[in-house]
Amino acid sequence: MKNQNEEILITANKLRWEVGENIHDSILESIYKEASDIASKVVKHMGEKSKFDLDRMIDRIVTGKLTGFPVMFILLAVVFWLTISGANIPSGWISLILVDTIHPWLKEILSSIHTPWWIIGVLIDGAYLAMAWVISVMLPPMAIFFPMFTLLEDFGYLPRVAFNMDNLYRRVGAHGKQALTMSMGFGCNAAGVIATRIIDSPRERIIAIITNNFSLCNGRWPTQILIATIFIGGTVPAYLAGAASAAAVVAIAILGVIFSLIVSWGLSKTVLKGEASTFSLELPPYRPPRILQILYTSLIDRTLFVLWRAVVFAVPAGIVIWLVANIHLGSLSLAEHFINSVNPFAFIIGLNGVIILAYVIAIPANEIVIPTILMLTVLSAKIAIGSGAGIMFELDSINDTAKILHAGGWTTLTGINLMLFSLLHNPCSTTIYTIYKETKSIKWTLISTFLPIAIGITVCFFVTQIWYFISG
Amino acid sequence: MNLENQNCTNCPAHNVTNLVKLGIDMSNFDFVVALAGNPNTGKSTVFNNLTGLRQHTGNWPGKTVGRAEGGFLYNGKRFKIVDLPGTYSLLSTSEDEEIARDFILFGQPDVTVIIIDATRLERNLNLVLQVLEITDRAVLCVNLIDEAKRHKIQIDDRLLSKNLGIPVIPTAARQGIGIPDLLKSIYDVTTGKFICKPHRISGEMKNITNAVDRLNKKIAESFPNLPNTRWIALRLLEGDQRIIDAVRSGEIGNLKPVESFTSD
Repeated sequence: MKNQNEEILITANKLRWEVGENIHDSILESIYKEASDIASKVVKHMGEKSKFDLDRMIDRIVTGKLTGFPVMFILLAVVFWLTISGANIPSGWISLILVDTIHPWLKEILSSIHTPWWIIGVLIDGAYLAMAWVISVMLPPMAIFFPMFTLLEDFGYLPRVAFNMDNLYRRVGAHGKQALTMSMGFGCNAAGVIATRIIDSPRERIIAIITNNFSLCNGRWPTQILIATIFIGGTVPAYLAGAASAAAVVAIAILGVIFSLIVSWGLSKTVLKGEASTFSLELPPYRPPRILQILYTSLIDRTLFVLWRAVVFAVPAGIVIWLVANIHLGSLSLAEHFINSVNPFAFIIGLNGVIILAYVIAIPANEIVIPTILMLTVLSAKIAIGSGAGIMFELDSINDTAKILHAGGWTTLTGINLMLFSLLHNPCSTTIYTIYKETKSIKWTLISTFLPIAIGITVCFFVTQIWYFISG
Repeated sequence: MNLENQNCTNCPAHNVTNLVKLGIDMSNFDFVVALAGNPNTGKSTVFNNLTGLRQHTGNWPGKTVGRAEGGFLYNGKRFKIVDLPGTYSLLSTSEDEEIARDFILFGQPDVTVIIIDATRLERNLNLVLQVLEITDRAVLCVNLIDEAKRHKIQIDDRLLSKNLGIPVIPTAARQGIGIPDLLKSIYDVTTGKFICKPHRISGEMKNITNAVDRLNKKIAESFPNLPNTRWIALRLLEGDQRIIDAVRSGEIGNLKPVESFTSD
């Protein structure tokens, strides 16, 4: 049997010389010919093809040399503007219910049955409040942003983005499909990293994995939107505030794309040398979006999925926050010790110790950065708001958030640097784990983790120094 | 009374109500269904329609990475369905194409459902012909028929079925149109009610035909049960490493033709 098999292979090898190189082409040719024969028999075009082709016309605008990028930026800006201006009010309602009503009520019940103070602290002021905060801050912007994003996806706009970007990525030595994985990263970096499987060359795939983190993910959109609303929207007249904040968020997103291009270029010129491989990208026809399907996908699959993840991570983080704020070494709490010791370094890069500590606590999920920052700010600045230091407090509106941050010594520069640092820092732990699973390499996982932090610190440092220089 | 019942169970309308979407429950399945097709033709939408799962669908190519699996119960039979990555061909060697090709060849699905875009029939047929080289049991799902109508394209599905030798079902999966007929065809092919006589490519260049015939004869002698020896011969002539290995190890001989399935 074995011999017979070998004999087949030997015969095949011999015959391969006889048939020569063109067998592949010959097979393809006959396939194409028969496909075209059959198609010509069964396909009938009814009447004249209409002269006006809507798909073509839309494509001419959204993928045009001159119009492609402006249309892309405008679409993004409109989406953010709607999100920013629409999210504030429902956010207030949810916080009114979860934080102002249910929180004191839970506390009262537990005290009435004589629960020890530290259990109430850990469970209610730590775990429950962290969860309530995450829901009220994140749910409204996500419930507005995701359906709009899914609408664009279902309509067929994403491949056009890839088509516009493809050339840029090829020019920096990366794969054109990286434009698609980058788009996926705007939803979730872990998903974006998995999506790099569509890139065949290992070299280009690793570039795509390392740079995926420069796509702002779900967890970071709310941070960007909130900080932009407070610090950028606050610097312009009220009627411009929404537009200015939206523009700032778009600018950060575009900056992320620029960084992914620069880093891709750097990698493909140094450690990951090579030529970009070619591929063909088919622009699918535009399809009328299915509204119900979109609402379902975006609300159940995306919004609730992300929210659930945030809540799952917020609960233990809330406990950690409460503990570091309430366990004292000497006269100061653990959190204050940490904040005081990193402050000198943090000020050089235009941040503060609170932000650094928040990013350490929030490694599992970017979603909880803002709640953590607020709580720690109250604690370290000893601001008398809400129910006192060491717990998360009532925040009915963005105005209250702004008051706390200003009282904590935040300036517009801190806001800008936080937005930059939120874009340029390590991926969340889920993404890091996914990168390890996909690359099976500790080296690339470490590079993907620390490269963005190094870039973030450098960028914040220069922004801060230039800001000080200009403002004297 | 008895006759009436029989008529009912034979009617496709009856069977539709018999579709039970099993989601990811694939235990004790009777048949394996593979979903193949070009990128962005609606494979995932058909997959979701049949399984009740919500595999993410999106209007862009290359969205399904690797493969997704799910199950459904139809007319008392349990089907396991595998959504393969979208590919333009099964010839060249990208990872996606290899996953799809290997599953259709070595995974031995009981039926391969090929989903094509009605508005791009000719280009999509290239893949269909390649799938039919590999497997004997296939159903063609001409999807996006609503869009074809919008573009004033009419497709003669009966003539297409005659040419390809497999059932051809026009569908608009996004609206659920044609799914009952598709289910019935899947059922008919897997249970042997419909015997496919798949179209095989014939017109290569002379010197190749000669070589293929000689090799084909040798393969057929060693592996008398193989249904697609000609295709194996072509792959060997092209130097396809995966197939060379499969011949060397004899793995290729374990692939069974249709008949031996039913007698198992």
